[in-house]
Amino acid sequence: MTRLAAAVLVTAGLALASLFVGVSNVSLRGILAGQELDWLVLVESRLPRMLALLLSGASMAIAGLLTQIVIRNRFVEPANTGTMESAGLGLLVMTLVAPGAPVIAKMAAGAGFAMAGTALFLAILRRVPLRDPMLVPLVGILLSGVIYAGTAFVAYRFDLIQTVLAWTQGDLSGVLRGRYELLWLGATLAAVAWLAADRFTVAGLGRDIASSLGLAHGRVVALGLTIVSLVTAVVVVTVGMIPFLGLIVPNIVSLALGDNMRRAVPWVAVSGAALVLACDILGRVIRAPYEVPLGTVLGVLGSAVFLVLILRSRDRAA
Amino acid sequence: MIEVSSLCKSYGAAPVLHDVSLSLPRGGVTSLIGPNGAGKSTLLSLIARLIVPDSGSVTVDGLDVTRTPGPVLARRLAILRQENHLVARLTVRELVGFGRFPHSGGRLTAEDRAAIDRALDYLELAPLADRFIDQLSGGQRQRAFVAMVLAQDTDYLLLDEPLNNLDMKHAQAMMRLLASAAHDLGKTVIVVLHDINFASCHSDRIVAMRQGRIFAAGTPAEIVTPDLLGELYEMQIAVREIDGQRIALFYG
Repeated sequence: MTRLAAAVLVTAGLALASLFVGVSNVSLRGILAGQELDWLVLVESRLPRMLALLLSGASMAIAGLLTQIVIRNRFVEPANTGTMESAGLGLLVMTLVAPGAPVIAKMAAGAGFAMAGTALFLAILRRVPLRDPMLVPLVGILLSGVIYAGTAFVAYRFDLIQTVLAWTQGDLSGVLRGRYELLWLGATLAAVAWLAADRFTVAGLGRDIASSLGLAHGRVVALGLTIVSLVTAVVVVTVGMIPFLGLIVPNIVSLALGDNMRRAVPWVAVSGAALVLACDILGRVIRAPYEVPLGTVLGVLGSAVFLVLILRSRDRAA
Repeated sequence: MIEVSSLCKSYGAAPVLHDVSLSLPRGGVTSLIGPNGAGKSTLLSLIARLIVPDSGSVTVDGLDVTRTPGPVLARRLAILRQENHLVARLTVRELVGFGRFPHSGGRLTAEDRAAIDRALDYLELAPLADRFIDQLSGGQRQRAFVAMVLAQDTDYLLLDEPLNNLDMKHAQAMMRLLASAAHDLGKTVIVVLHDINFASCHSDRIVAMRQGRIFAAGTPAEIVTPDLLGELYEMQIAVREIDGQRIALFYG
């Protein structure tokens, strides 16, 4: 408990630091003196960005944990199960069919596509029983690649590549007040996952054990993947795709604490938020005044950590 | 009382159970024996509603297992299948604690905790309680899963080859534990066993299956005979009575 409090404190520190990093100079002195420009930037840009980071980081990390528990594979997350790319495709389709639709409608379409994409992934897994758990994410990466290729083709035909890029690149430089609030919905859904944590952990014991314990296994898995799809769609439509986050955070927490979801979720949420805050700050500092998008920073960092995790698990299995 | 009537099940084109009817009274240890592919595990899974029959029905104390709500049945009957892979990293105590899920839905009460401790003690797992399952040996892991179904505290306990991965000492302890659960706590235990001598020494009833049918059912004295076992397994099996126990000899 005290360790969790310490982690919250570190995250709060990063969040505070996030408020004072960026092109236009916001200083604590300016804020305290009531400088109008400082306040404007803070309220319209920095605070929304910090909140967007906190919310998307926490909810994406929880979505990753939930995916791993219900699919029963350590190495899956929404970015390699077809979920995230399908959400992007849904957003594109919505843009073509109903360009004037409000963001929430786009998000709903994205979530619908995300669910269909995840269902397709599960259907493939059922058809092709894979002996090696490492092959499961590979199949997912292939599927995601195909879906993304389709999305890019359609976008190219309709001259919407720029729009698609906004969803595929996790980037928070465009977050302003009024453009991130949907993320609260994502975080609320992630909190639902915490409330139903025991059910998901039981579902994660496998169909037979879950059924013997009286759990409607299929329904709980479907609920879990619905939450994952909604959270993913919310994050993709507001800040874009954030790769690896849902993969590395739950795995690191699992090594330290195990996977009992009720215990793991707070840690996963706090660590996910801290990681995106840190990566976003890094992306803003590394070649200021330009920004490296969050998705890119996490892609580099995440793939390295992912490799270490895979090699570690190979060692343990051997 | 478990009533199985006219149960049929095929996997694809391959029939696994042909019109199986069986009635198992409350109490005691019943062993299911028979050669590979006889349909023992399938029968056990059908009784525990893990798979759905093509036709026929199973009732447990009058409750049709395919129609009874999962949580209701889960307080009455528990099953442990052979292969249990955990992907999630849980400690032994957490895993055993999930055996209480049908009772508490995850919020453990004092009564739940007492049941968990009892189950851990029964299977000599108390010293390992806070280890992660993936840090245990195969036999320890098997015992942890059995502790979980024991913590579920149901009247009916169905176990598919619970002696898998266990050494002699723990196999014997497991059979004694199941017998005492049946005789002292009044539970009804049904186990699939490959070792017919464990079946002979520890069961009240033996049900022998062959090619998807019930081949014979009765007391160990009725089933463990050279003629019956010889026909069941299609090999020569001698039976000797040693210290009042009927032992089958088939090693030579």
